[in-house]
Amino acid sequence: METQRTALYDCHKSLGAKFVPFAGYEMPVQYSSGIVEEHKITRNKAGLFDVSHMGQLLIEGSEDLALELEKIIPTDLKKIQLNQSKYSFLMNEQGGIYDDLIITKVEKGFNIILNAACKNNDYKIINNSLGNKFKLTFYKNLSLIALQGPKSSEILEQTINGVSSLKFMNGNKFSYNGKDIYITRSGYTGEDGFEISISNELVEDLAKKLITQDVKPIGLGARDTLRLEAGLCLYGHDINETTNPIEANLKWAISKRRREEGGFVGYSKIKSDMNGSLTRLRVGVKPEGKIIAREGVKIFSEDNKEIGSITSGTFGPSVNGPIAMGYVKLNFSKLGTKVLLEVRGKKYDATISDLPFYKKKYVR
Amino acid sequence: MSEKKYSKQHEWISIEGDIATVGITKHAAEMLGDVVFVELPEKGKSVEKEGQAGVVESTKAASDVYTPITGEITETNQSIVDDPAAVNKDPEGAAWFFKIKIKNKSELENLMNKADYDKFAKKNSN
Repeated sequence: METQRTALYDCHKSLGAKFVPFAGYEMPVQYSSGIVEEHKITRNKAGLFDVSHMGQLLIEGSEDLALELEKIIPTDLKKIQLNQSKYSFLMNEQGGIYDDLIITKVEKGFNIILNAACKNNDYKIINNSLGNKFKLTFYKNLSLIALQGPKSSEILEQTINGVSSLKFMNGNKFSYNGKDIYITRSGYTGEDGFEISISNELVEDLAKKLITQDVKPIGLGARDTLRLEAGLCLYGHDINETTNPIEANLKWAISKRRREEGGFVGYSKIKSDMNGSLTRLRVGVKPEGKIIAREGVKIFSEDNKEIGSITSGTFGPSVNGPIAMGYVKLNFSKLGTKVLLEVRGKKYDATISDLPFYKKKYVR
Repeated sequence: MSEKKYSKQHEWISIEGDIATVGITKHAAEMLGDVVFVELPEKGKSVEKEGQAGVVESTKAASDVYTPITGEITETNQSIVDDPAAVNKDPEGAAWFFKIKIKNKSELENLMNKADYDKFAKKNSN
Protein backbone atom coordinates (compact mmCIF):
# COMPACT_ATOMS: atom_id res chain seq x y z
CA MET A 1 0.00 0.00 0.00
CA GLU A 2 1.27 3.43 -0.87
CA THR A 3 2.05 5.75 2.02
CA GLN A 4 -0.55 8.44 2.44
CA ARG A 5 -0.20 12.03 3.55
CA THR A 6 -2.69 14.22 5.38
CA ALA A 7 -3.77 17.59 3.99
CA LEU A 8 -1.40 19.23 6.50
CA TYR A 9 1.74 17.43 5.28
CA ASP A 10 3.35 20.52 3.70
CA CYS A 11 2.38 22.58 6.72
CA HIS A 12 4.14 20.08 9.04
CA LYS A 13 7.18 20.11 6.80
CA SER A 14 7.43 23.89 6.89
CA LEU A 15 7.19 23.73 10.70
CA GLY A 16 10.25 21.46 10.89
CA ALA A 17 8.50 18.13 11.45
CA LYS A 18 10.38 14.85 11.57
CA PHE A 19 8.16 12.23 9.91
CA VAL A 20 7.62 8.55 10.67
CA PRO A 21 5.45 5.97 8.94
CA PHE A 22 2.35 5.31 11.06
CA ALA A 23 -0.62 3.17 10.04
CA GLY A 24 0.12 3.76 6.35
CA TYR A 25 0.58 7.52 6.75
CA GLU A 26 3.63 9.74 6.90
CA MET A 27 3.00 11.49 10.21
CA PRO A 28 5.00 14.03 12.22
CA VAL A 29 6.60 12.33 15.24
CA GLN A 30 8.04 15.60 16.54
CA TYR A 31 8.99 19.11 15.50
CA SER A 32 12.28 20.90 16.15
CA SER A 33 11.76 21.59 19.87
CA GLY A 34 11.47 17.89 20.72
CA ILE A 35 9.02 15.56 22.43
CA VAL A 36 9.59 16.65 26.05
CA GLU A 37 9.12 20.33 25.19
CA GLU A 38 6.00 19.59 23.10
CA HIS A 39 4.59 17.55 25.97
CA LYS A 40 5.13 20.37 28.45
CA ILE A 41 3.66 23.02 26.14
CA THR A 42 0.48 20.92 25.87
CA ARG A 43 0.27 20.57 29.66
CA ASN A 44 0.99 24.26 30.32
CA LYS A 45 -0.55 26.11 27.36
CA ALA A 46 -1.92 24.38 24.27
CA GLY A 47 -0.74 22.09 21.48
CA LEU A 48 -2.17 21.36 18.05
CA PHE A 49 -2.26 17.76 16.77
CA ASP A 50 -3.00 16.53 13.27
CA VAL A 51 -5.07 13.37 13.67
CA SER A 52 -6.45 13.34 10.15
CA HIS A 53 -5.18 9.77 9.68
CA MET A 54 -8.04 8.64 11.93
CA GLY A 55 -11.23 7.46 10.31
CA GLN A 56 -14.32 9.70 10.29
CA LEU A 57 -17.41 7.67 9.55
CA LEU A 58 -21.00 8.93 9.34
CA ILE A 59 -23.82 6.42 9.50
CA GLU A 60 -27.23 7.84 8.68
CA GLY A 61 -30.36 6.65 10.47
CA SER A 62 -32.43 7.05 13.62
CA GLU A 63 -33.85 4.68 16.29
CA ASP A 64 -33.56 1.57 14.13
CA LEU A 65 -29.89 2.43 13.46
CA ALA A 66 -29.23 2.84 17.20
CA LEU A 67 -30.66 -0.65 17.78
CA GLU A 68 -28.51 -2.19 15.04
CA LEU A 69 -25.33 -0.46 16.21
CA GLU A 70 -25.93 -1.59 19.78
CA LYS A 71 -25.29 -5.16 18.54
CA ILE A 72 -21.62 -4.35 17.98
CA ILE A 73 -21.04 -1.26 20.19
CA PRO A 74 -21.72 -1.72 23.93
CA THR A 75 -22.83 1.79 24.81
CA ASP A 76 -26.37 3.08 25.39
CA LEU A 77 -27.28 4.52 22.00
CA LYS A 78 -30.96 4.89 22.94
CA LYS A 79 -30.17 7.26 25.76
CA ILE A 80 -27.36 9.22 24.07
CA GLN A 81 -28.32 12.89 23.56
CA LEU A 82 -27.91 14.85 20.34
CA ASN A 83 -24.26 16.03 20.10
CA GLN A 84 -23.17 13.83 22.99
CA SER A 85 -20.02 11.70 22.53
CA LYS A 86 -19.21 8.35 24.14
CA TYR A 87 -16.00 6.35 24.31
CA SER A 88 -16.77 2.79 23.27
CA PHE A 89 -15.59 -0.26 21.33
CA LEU A 90 -16.24 -2.34 18.29
CA MET A 91 -16.62 -5.78 19.86
CA ASN A 92 -15.72 -9.22 18.54
CA GLU A 93 -17.39 -12.57 19.29
CA GLN A 94 -14.85 -13.45 22.01
CA GLY A 95 -15.49 -10.21 23.89
CA GLY A 96 -12.24 -8.77 22.50
CA ILE A 97 -11.89 -5.34 20.94
CA TYR A 98 -11.66 -4.79 17.17
CA ASP A 99 -11.13 -1.09 17.85
CA ASP A 100 -11.81 1.61 20.41
CA LEU A 101 -13.75 4.61 19.16
CA ILE A 102 -15.64 7.79 19.92
CA ILE A 103 -19.27 7.76 18.83
CA THR A 104 -21.27 10.99 18.65
CA LYS A 105 -25.00 11.37 18.05
CA VAL A 106 -25.54 13.90 15.26
CA GLU A 107 -28.63 15.13 13.41
CA LYS A 108 -28.29 12.61 10.57
CA GLY A 109 -27.29 9.63 12.72
CA PHE A 110 -23.98 8.75 14.31
CA ASN A 111 -20.43 9.96 13.74
CA ILE A 112 -17.69 7.50 14.64
CA ILE A 113 -13.98 8.30 14.99
CA LEU A 114 -11.83 5.22 14.35
CA ASN A 115 -8.14 4.39 14.74
CA ALA A 116 -6.11 4.81 11.55
CA ALA A 117 -4.68 1.30 11.59
CA CYS A 118 -8.12 -0.28 12.08
CA LYS A 119 -10.43 1.96 10.11
CA ASN A 120 -10.69 -0.03 6.88
CA ASN A 121 -11.34 -3.27 8.72
CA ASP A 122 -13.81 -1.48 11.03
CA TYR A 123 -15.72 -0.21 8.01
CA LYS A 124 -16.13 -3.75 6.70
CA ILE A 125 -17.24 -5.07 10.09
CA ILE A 126 -19.77 -2.28 10.60
CA ASN A 127 -21.04 -2.50 7.03
CA ASN A 128 -21.46 -6.29 7.25
CA SER A 129 -23.26 -6.02 10.56
CA LEU A 130 -25.68 -3.33 9.35
CA GLY A 131 -26.44 -5.03 6.06
CA ASN A 132 -27.41 -2.53 3.41
CA LYS A 133 -30.05 -0.75 5.43
CA PHE A 134 -28.09 2.41 6.25
CA LYS A 135 -25.93 4.88 4.39
CA LEU A 136 -22.27 4.90 5.44
CA THR A 137 -19.97 7.77 4.49
CA PHE A 138 -16.24 7.42 5.08
CA TYR A 139 -15.01 11.00 4.82
CA LYS A 140 -11.87 11.35 2.71
CA ASN A 141 -12.41 15.09 2.31
CA LEU A 142 -12.33 15.87 6.02
CA SER A 143 -9.32 16.49 8.23
CA LEU A 144 -9.27 16.15 12.00
CA ILE A 145 -7.16 18.34 14.25
CA ALA A 146 -7.02 18.42 18.05
CA LEU A 147 -6.29 21.48 20.14
CA GLN A 148 -5.32 20.31 23.63
CA GLY A 149 -4.20 22.02 26.81
CA PRO A 150 -5.42 24.38 29.55
CA LYS A 151 -5.43 27.41 27.23
CA SER A 152 -7.18 25.70 24.32
CA SER A 153 -10.67 26.95 25.16
CA GLU A 154 -9.60 30.57 25.48
CA ILE A 155 -7.54 30.36 22.29
CA LEU A 156 -10.12 28.57 20.13
CA GLU A 157 -12.89 30.92 21.30
CA GLN A 158 -10.98 33.83 19.70
CA THR A 159 -11.36 32.19 16.29
CA ILE A 160 -14.56 30.19 16.70
CA ASN A 161 -17.23 31.91 18.69
CA GLY A 162 -19.11 29.72 21.17
CA VAL A 163 -16.79 26.72 21.51
CA SER A 164 -15.89 27.55 25.11
CA SER A 165 -19.46 26.76 26.18
CA LEU A 166 -19.21 23.12 25.01
CA LYS A 167 -19.18 20.57 27.83
CA PHE A 168 -16.68 17.70 27.96
CA MET A 169 -17.66 14.86 25.57
CA ASN A 170 -20.16 17.09 23.76
CA GLY A 171 -19.98 18.59 20.31
CA ASN A 172 -21.72 20.95 17.93
CA LYS A 173 -21.66 22.53 14.51
CA PHE A 174 -19.74 25.79 14.22
CA SER A 175 -18.84 28.06 11.37
CA TYR A 176 -15.38 28.86 10.00
CA ASN A 177 -14.87 31.07 6.93
CA GLY A 178 -18.57 30.61 6.22
CA LYS A 179 -18.31 26.81 6.19
CA ASP A 180 -19.75 24.28 8.64
CA ILE A 181 -17.27 22.52 10.88
CA TYR A 182 -17.95 20.06 13.70
CA ILE A 183 -16.17 20.40 17.04
CA THR A 184 -16.26 18.14 20.09
CA ARG A 185 -14.76 18.89 23.49
CA SER A 186 -12.59 15.79 23.85
CA GLY A 187 -9.09 14.51 23.35
CA TYR A 188 -6.36 12.06 24.17
CA THR A 189 -3.99 13.97 26.42
CA GLY A 190 -5.66 14.22 29.82
CA GLU A 191 -6.13 17.94 29.23
CA ASP A 192 -9.12 20.06 28.35
CA GLY A 193 -9.35 20.34 24.59
CA PHE A 194 -11.21 20.08 21.31
CA GLU A 195 -11.27 17.91 18.22
CA ILE A 196 -12.13 19.80 15.08
CA SER A 197 -13.48 18.11 11.96
CA ILE A 198 -12.92 20.44 9.02
CA SER A 199 -12.58 20.18 5.24
CA ASN A 200 -9.16 19.41 3.74
CA GLU A 201 -9.34 22.77 1.91
CA LEU A 202 -9.76 24.80 5.10
CA VAL A 203 -7.64 22.87 7.58
CA GLU A 204 -4.29 24.51 6.85
CA ASP A 205 -5.80 27.97 7.12
CA LEU A 206 -7.22 27.18 10.57
CA ALA A 207 -4.08 25.35 11.75
CA LYS A 208 -1.86 28.30 10.81
CA LYS A 209 -4.20 30.76 12.49
CA LEU A 210 -4.16 28.75 15.72
CA ILE A 211 -0.39 28.27 15.67
CA THR A 212 0.21 32.02 15.58
CA GLN A 213 -1.96 32.35 18.69
CA ASP A 214 0.61 30.95 21.14
CA VAL A 215 -0.02 27.33 20.12
CA LYS A 216 2.72 24.89 19.13
CA PRO A 217 2.32 21.92 16.75
CA ILE A 218 2.68 18.57 18.53
CA GLY A 219 3.77 15.24 17.01
CA LEU A 220 2.89 11.61 17.68
CA GLY A 221 5.80 11.28 20.12
CA ALA A 222 4.33 13.68 22.67
CA ARG A 223 0.84 12.39 21.90
CA ASP A 224 2.03 9.03 23.26
CA THR A 225 3.68 10.40 26.44
CA LEU A 226 0.62 12.58 27.12
CA ARG A 227 -1.92 9.77 26.74
CA LEU A 228 0.16 7.38 28.82
CA GLU A 229 0.43 9.88 31.68
CA ALA A 230 -3.35 10.25 31.40
CA GLY A 231 -3.72 6.44 31.68
CA LEU A 232 -5.44 6.19 28.28
CA CYS A 233 -5.16 3.02 26.20
CA LEU A 234 -3.41 2.79 22.85
CA TYR A 235 -5.12 0.34 20.53
CA GLY A 236 -2.84 -2.46 19.32
CA HIS A 237 -0.79 -2.21 22.50
CA ASP A 238 -2.87 -1.88 25.68
CA ILE A 239 -6.01 -3.29 24.10
CA ASN A 240 -6.53 -5.53 21.08
CA GLU A 241 -8.68 -8.36 19.74
CA THR A 242 -7.63 -10.63 22.62
CA THR A 243 -8.31 -8.23 25.51
CA ASN A 244 -11.85 -7.56 26.65
CA PRO A 245 -13.05 -4.27 28.18
CA ILE A 246 -13.46 -5.78 31.66
CA GLU A 247 -9.87 -7.00 31.97
CA ALA A 248 -8.74 -3.78 30.28
CA ASN A 249 -10.26 -1.96 33.28
CA LEU A 250 -12.66 -0.16 30.94
CA LYS A 251 -15.90 -1.47 32.42
CA TRP A 252 -17.00 2.16 32.92
CA ALA A 253 -17.16 2.53 29.12
CA ILE A 254 -19.90 -0.11 28.86
CA SER A 255 -23.20 1.60 29.76
CA LYS A 256 -25.00 0.25 32.82
CA ARG A 257 -28.02 -0.93 30.83
CA ARG A 258 -25.77 -2.73 28.35
CA ARG A 259 -23.80 -4.43 31.17
CA GLU A 260 -27.07 -5.73 32.57
CA GLU A 261 -28.98 -6.52 29.36
CA GLY A 262 -26.16 -7.43 26.99
CA GLY A 263 -27.39 -7.87 23.43
CA PHE A 264 -24.00 -7.21 21.84
CA VAL A 265 -21.41 -9.58 20.40
CA GLY A 266 -19.02 -10.99 22.98
CA TYR A 267 -21.42 -10.33 25.86
CA SER A 268 -21.18 -13.83 27.35
CA LYS A 269 -17.45 -13.31 27.97
CA ILE A 270 -18.08 -9.82 29.40
CA LYS A 271 -20.81 -11.18 31.68
CA SER A 272 -18.72 -14.05 33.00
CA ASP A 273 -15.71 -11.77 33.61
CA MET A 274 -17.97 -9.38 35.53
CA ASN A 275 -19.21 -12.31 37.60
CA GLY A 276 -15.96 -13.75 38.91
CA SER A 277 -14.18 -15.31 35.91
CA LEU A 278 -11.78 -12.40 35.55
CA THR A 279 -8.15 -13.60 35.69
CA ARG A 280 -6.10 -10.52 34.81
CA LEU A 281 -6.42 -6.74 34.88
CA ARG A 282 -4.83 -3.75 33.19
CA VAL A 283 -3.02 -1.66 35.78
CA GLY A 284 -0.63 1.27 36.05
CA VAL A 285 2.96 0.27 36.80
CA LYS A 286 5.39 2.76 38.31
CA PRO A 287 9.03 1.66 38.10
CA GLU A 288 11.25 2.82 40.94
CA GLY A 289 14.27 4.85 39.91
CA LYS A 290 14.76 5.76 36.27
CA ILE A 291 14.46 2.43 34.46
CA ILE A 292 12.00 2.50 31.54
CA ALA A 293 9.90 -0.65 31.04
CA ARG A 294 8.52 -0.84 27.51
CA GLU A 295 6.00 -3.05 25.75
CA GLY A 296 6.82 -6.75 26.22
CA VAL A 297 8.70 -6.38 29.51
CA LYS A 298 7.74 -9.26 31.82
CA ILE A 299 6.27 -8.56 35.25
CA PHE A 300 7.20 -10.82 38.18
CA SER A 301 5.93 -11.18 41.74
CA GLU A 302 8.32 -10.51 44.63
CA ASP A 303 8.93 -14.26 44.81
CA ASN A 304 9.91 -14.29 41.13
CA LYS A 305 6.83 -15.84 39.51
CA GLU A 306 5.82 -14.39 36.17
CA ILE A 307 2.50 -12.55 36.65
CA GLY A 308 2.06 -10.46 33.51
CA SER A 309 3.64 -8.07 31.04
CA ILE A 310 3.93 -4.40 30.16
CA THR A 311 1.84 -3.18 27.20
CA SER A 312 3.23 0.36 27.00
CA GLY A 313 5.84 2.31 28.87
CA THR A 314 7.88 5.46 28.51
CA PHE A 315 9.28 8.43 30.37
CA GLY A 316 6.54 10.81 31.54
CA PRO A 317 7.81 14.39 31.25
CA SER A 318 5.18 15.85 33.65
CA VAL A 319 5.55 12.98 36.12
CA ASN A 320 9.32 13.41 35.62
CA GLY A 321 9.95 9.69 35.73
CA PRO A 322 9.21 6.39 34.05
CA ILE A 323 5.58 5.22 33.73
CA ALA A 324 4.00 2.10 32.29
CA MET A 325 0.89 0.03 32.09
CA GLY A 326 0.30 -3.64 31.59
CA TYR A 327 -1.69 -6.69 32.56
CA VAL A 328 -1.15 -8.65 35.79
CA LYS A 329 -2.89 -11.64 37.34
CA LEU A 330 -5.89 -10.42 39.29
CA ASN A 331 -4.46 -11.16 42.74
CA PHE A 332 -1.51 -8.85 42.02
CA SER A 333 -3.60 -5.94 40.74
CA LYS A 334 -4.18 -4.19 44.08
CA LEU A 335 -2.75 -0.67 44.27
CA GLY A 336 0.59 -0.59 46.04
CA THR A 337 1.51 -4.22 45.24
CA LYS A 338 5.28 -4.55 44.84
CA VAL A 339 6.37 -6.24 41.62
CA LEU A 340 9.56 -6.76 39.60
CA LEU A 341 10.18 -5.79 35.98
CA GLU A 342 12.70 -7.66 33.84
CA VAL A 343 14.55 -5.19 31.63
CA ARG A 344 17.55 -6.39 29.60
CA GLY A 345 17.95 -9.47 31.81
CA LYS A 346 17.91 -7.63 35.16
CA LYS A 347 15.01 -7.26 37.57
CA TYR A 348 13.93 -3.85 38.84
CA ASP A 349 11.47 -2.84 41.59
CA ALA A 350 8.12 -1.35 40.63
CA THR A 351 4.71 -0.73 42.20
CA ILE A 352 1.16 -1.28 40.92
CA SER A 353 -0.05 2.28 40.64
CA ASP A 354 -3.25 4.25 40.25
CA LEU A 355 -4.16 5.60 36.81
CA PRO A 356 -3.90 8.29 35.59
CA PHE A 357 -0.31 9.11 36.49
CA TYR A 358 -1.17 12.72 35.75
CA LYS A 359 -4.44 14.18 37.04
CA LYS A 360 -6.97 15.28 34.41
CA LYS A 361 -8.38 18.75 34.12
CA TYR A 362 -11.49 18.18 32.01
CA VAL A 363 -14.25 20.79 31.94
CA ARG A 364 -17.51 19.14 32.97
CA MET B 1 46.32 17.80 22.26
CA SER B 2 43.87 14.90 22.21
CA GLU B 3 42.75 13.37 18.96
CA LYS B 4 39.06 12.71 18.27
CA LYS B 5 37.81 9.87 16.10
CA TYR B 6 34.37 8.55 15.17
CA SER B 7 32.73 5.14 14.72
CA LYS B 8 30.01 3.95 12.35
CA GLN B 9 27.84 3.30 15.43
CA HIS B 10 27.95 7.06 16.08
CA GLU B 11 30.33 7.13 19.02
CA TRP B 12 33.19 9.58 19.37
CA ILE B 13 36.45 8.64 21.01
CA SER B 14 39.06 11.03 22.30
CA ILE B 15 42.52 9.63 22.96
CA GLU B 16 44.97 10.78 25.62
CA GLY B 17 47.93 8.46 26.13
CA ASP B 18 46.60 4.95 26.71
CA ILE B 19 43.20 6.14 27.97
CA ALA B 20 40.32 7.01 25.64
CA THR B 21 37.08 8.85 26.47
CA VAL B 22 33.93 7.67 24.66
CA GLY B 23 30.54 9.30 24.11
CA ILE B 24 27.79 9.50 21.50
CA THR B 25 28.01 12.04 18.69
CA LYS B 26 25.96 15.20 18.36
CA HIS B 27 24.33 13.63 15.29
CA ALA B 28 23.36 10.53 17.34
CA ALA B 29 21.92 12.68 20.13
CA GLU B 30 19.85 14.63 17.59
CA MET B 31 18.57 11.44 16.00
CA LEU B 32 17.59 10.00 19.40
CA GLY B 33 15.70 13.08 20.52
CA ASP B 34 15.26 13.79 24.23
CA VAL B 35 17.44 11.39 26.21
CA VAL B 36 15.59 10.26 29.34
CA PHE B 37 17.66 7.28 30.54
CA VAL B 38 21.31 6.27 30.47
CA GLU B 39 22.89 2.99 31.58
CA LEU B 40 26.68 2.75 31.74
CA PRO B 41 29.02 -0.25 31.84
CA GLU B 42 30.56 -1.26 35.17
CA LYS B 43 33.94 0.11 36.08
CA GLY B 44 36.61 -2.57 35.64
CA LYS B 45 34.62 -4.43 32.98
CA SER B 46 36.44 -5.64 29.88
CA VAL B 47 34.67 -4.81 26.64
CA GLU B 48 35.29 -5.92 23.07
CA LYS B 49 35.47 -3.61 20.06
CA GLU B 50 31.90 -2.91 18.79
CA GLY B 51 30.46 -4.71 21.82
CA GLN B 52 27.60 -3.30 23.86
CA ALA B 53 28.77 -0.87 26.54
CA GLY B 54 25.71 0.96 27.77
CA VAL B 55 22.16 1.92 26.86
CA VAL B 56 20.63 5.24 25.99
CA GLU B 57 16.87 5.76 25.86
CA SER B 58 14.70 8.50 24.47
CA THR B 59 10.95 8.77 25.13
CA LYS B 60 10.50 6.71 21.94
CA ALA B 61 12.99 3.84 22.19
CA ALA B 62 16.05 2.24 23.75
CA SER B 63 19.36 2.05 21.85
CA ASP B 64 22.60 0.26 22.70
CA VAL B 65 25.82 2.18 23.05
CA TYR B 66 28.88 0.39 21.68
CA THR B 67 32.55 0.74 22.40
CA PRO B 68 34.63 1.61 19.33
CA ILE B 69 37.67 -0.22 20.78
CA THR B 70 38.61 -3.17 23.02
CA GLY B 71 39.74 -2.45 26.57
CA GLU B 72 38.89 -2.09 30.23
CA ILE B 73 36.42 0.48 31.54
CA THR B 74 38.32 2.75 33.93
CA GLU B 75 35.73 5.41 34.67
CA THR B 76 32.05 6.20 33.97
CA ASN B 77 30.18 9.51 33.96
CA GLN B 78 27.54 9.26 36.72
CA SER B 79 26.33 12.82 36.00
CA ILE B 80 24.55 11.70 32.79
CA VAL B 81 22.82 8.86 34.68
CA ASP B 82 21.49 11.45 37.16
CA ASP B 83 20.65 13.97 34.42
CA PRO B 84 20.13 12.15 31.08
CA ALA B 85 19.06 15.41 29.36
CA ALA B 86 22.72 16.52 29.58
CA VAL B 87 23.39 14.14 26.66
CA ASN B 88 21.34 16.42 24.39
CA LYS B 89 22.99 19.58 25.70
CA ASP B 90 26.68 18.67 25.35
CA PRO B 91 27.03 15.20 23.80
CA GLU B 92 30.63 15.67 22.65
CA GLY B 93 31.81 17.41 25.83
CA ALA B 94 30.53 17.20 29.41
CA ALA B 95 28.19 14.29 28.57
CA TRP B 96 30.90 11.69 27.85
CA PHE B 97 29.91 8.10 28.71
CA PHE B 98 33.00 6.21 29.84
CA LYS B 99 36.79 6.07 29.81
CA ILE B 100 38.53 2.98 28.56
CA LYS B 101 42.11 1.70 28.80
CA ILE B 102 43.22 1.06 25.22
CA LYS B 103 44.30 -2.55 24.62
CA ASN B 104 45.17 -2.45 20.96
CA LYS B 105 46.13 0.90 19.39
CA SER B 106 45.77 -0.48 15.85
CA GLU B 107 41.98 -0.56 16.34
CA LEU B 108 42.03 3.23 16.26
CA GLU B 109 43.23 3.27 12.66
CA ASN B 110 39.92 2.09 11.23
CA LEU B 111 37.91 4.87 12.87
CA MET B 112 36.86 7.97 10.95
CA ASN B 113 38.11 11.53 11.30
CA LYS B 114 35.60 14.36 11.73
CA ALA B 115 35.24 15.23 8.05
CA ASP B 116 34.62 11.59 7.06
CA TYR B 117 32.19 11.06 9.92
CA ASP B 118 30.20 14.18 9.05
CA LYS B 119 29.83 12.88 5.49
CA PHE B 120 28.86 9.43 6.80
CA ALA B 121 26.29 10.90 9.23
CA LYS B 122 24.77 13.12 6.56
CA LYS B 123 24.40 10.20 4.18
CA ASN B 124 22.94 8.11 7.00
CA SER B 125 20.22 10.55 7.96
CA ASN B 126 18.82 10.86 4.43
